[in-house]
Amino acid sequence: MKIAVCVKQVPDSWAEKKMGSDGRLDRANVDAVLNDLDEYAVEEALKLVEANSPTGEAGEGSGHSITVISMGPERASEAVRKALSMGADDAIVISDESLAGSDALATSLVLAAAIKDGGFDLVICGTESTDARMSVVPAMLAERLGFAQLTFAGSVKLEGSSLVISRQTEFGIENMSAPLPAVVSVVEKINEPRYPSFKGIMAAKKKTIATKSLAEVGISAQKPWSEVKDAAARPQRGAGVKVSDEGDGGNKLVAFLQERRLA
Amino acid sequence: MSNVLILVDHVGGVVPKAIGELATFGKRIGDVTAVICSSKSAELVPQLSAFPISKIIVCDGVEFEKYSVGATAQALSAILTKENPAAVLISSTARGKEIAGRLAVRCDSGLITDAIDIDSSCIATQSVFGGSTTVHSVVSHGTPIITLRSNSIEVDVGSSSPVVENFSATFDGIDKAVVSSVEPAVKGGRPELTEASIVISGGRGTDGNFAPVEAFADLLGAAVGASRAATDAGWYPHSHQVGQTGKTVSPQLYVACGISGAIQHRAGMQTSKTIVAINKDPDAPIFDVADFGIVGDLFAVLPQASEGLKKA
Repeated sequence: MKIAVCVKQVPDSWAEKKMGSDGRLDRANVDAVLNDLDEYAVEEALKLVEANSPTGEAGEGSGHSITVISMGPERASEAVRKALSMGADDAIVISDESLAGSDALATSLVLAAAIKDGGFDLVICGTESTDARMSVVPAMLAERLGFAQLTFAGSVKLEGSSLVISRQTEFGIENMSAPLPAVVSVVEKINEPRYPSFKGIMAAKKKTIATKSLAEVGISAQKPWSEVKDAAARPQRGAGVKVSDEGDGGNKLVAFLQERRLA
Repeated sequence: MSNVLILVDHVGGVVPKAIGELATFGKRIGDVTAVICSSKSAELVPQLSAFPISKIIVCDGVEFEKYSVGATAQALSAILTKENPAAVLISSTARGKEIAGRLAVRCDSGLITDAIDIDSSCIATQSVFGGSTTVHSVVSHGTPIITLRSNSIEVDVGSSSPVVENFSATFDGIDKAVVSSVEPAVKGGRPELTEASIVISGGRGTDGNFAPVEAFADLLGAAVGASRAATDAGWYPHSHQVGQTGKTVSPQLYVACGISGAIQHRAGMQTSKTIVAINKDPDAPIFDVADFGIVGDLFAVLPQASEGLKKA
């Protein structure tokens, strides 16, 4: 398997996210981290390789490779470095000024170009990023690449040359399978991402992060498909009434719900 | 008069209220045409006359439930070319968003997801960044494809007599994934989390015992949610997690029990119409967003409240 794990650097989940005056998320003034679910994607790539490697380990001698791909400004390489410390082999960061403010259509176009260019046969992503939370990039990648779509996976297994997943939806589980090449997206329940070991962190410093411009992946700048007309901070919720339970908390709750006609 | 396409989905042959919401929004923009891509179309058609729909297009020729969303996206894109609508509206479920995403790529059209409102000129309203910011956005290229969050509008219930048309869909197998088996969610009579009008959630304070949370929820016909602490500890399934890496809900009533209310949890529920919090810690940040807060032990408060509801 030649695996590409798509990752994104996003504002730290502890940070308050704000809209800039240009209608774009202000990414400059917050701490940035590797998107939560992308860690699970990297972990799943490592587990798949380990399960199908004669050495039981990823990396050299495994017969497979894991490349981390990210579209972002220069500082995205910090997030990519974390994935490399977990055990991915190398990385590609596509960076171009004209990509600032890209929507999912643009992002998927660029990532698909890099994936095609690199000859990968398996793409693994998190289902969504914590900033935009659209959950559409993996499906768009599958459409653009003509790869099988195996998304929202709670489990992934390679059986022969086919991948089998249990797809998690709001309404139940669908067990699905497809031959490679495929795009897989993973949900949180799939695994527990490993903490990078000291050895992994040191090794990551020597791994290659190739930076490419748009032209180098064969794409020209696109006009946006949608635009923000205006954005406003929602008025803060005022704190309401707070009472103590003095043996009557439950009764007070029922009284409140009935008063509001909620019960 | 322009027309608007809405995509019908179903849960075990039942059309959810969210589809009625799509029709209600769609009517602001034009005449609503509902598209069904399912082998259960015969069961679904009669249910649609409860909503303001002018036309129903039933796709046949493809076993949609057997394939991944690629087959539905392909059929919908062929219908879009034929009908040339002013917009396409789809439910903001996992499946709905993926169909919308693939459709946007196929038709080279802009996509706006998770809208909570849309007006007659297709300007969408979104509540982003955990509900802290409200955005108005619009598609500027191609046919607007918009996914709408459920619980966003009162369904315009009435009866319509939609015209029914058949459409022969084809699937070129661009997506080779197939469904081998389905395990429906164990129903247990509770509503689905993102569609429920009341959600009762449990967190670290339950210490693994969700019984009082569930009992209270059942008396209100509510869905049960959980914080990340509770799902990470294995106390409740991940599918019930509310928060930044879980589901976003906006019900009429959200009751947070034993949940501290860190920013990652609040991001998933702070646009709920009414919020109640029960927590032993008077300084828990959840109280900053609660309309009614009770400083106390959920193991005392909830059972007493449940008794009170039974008597009422």
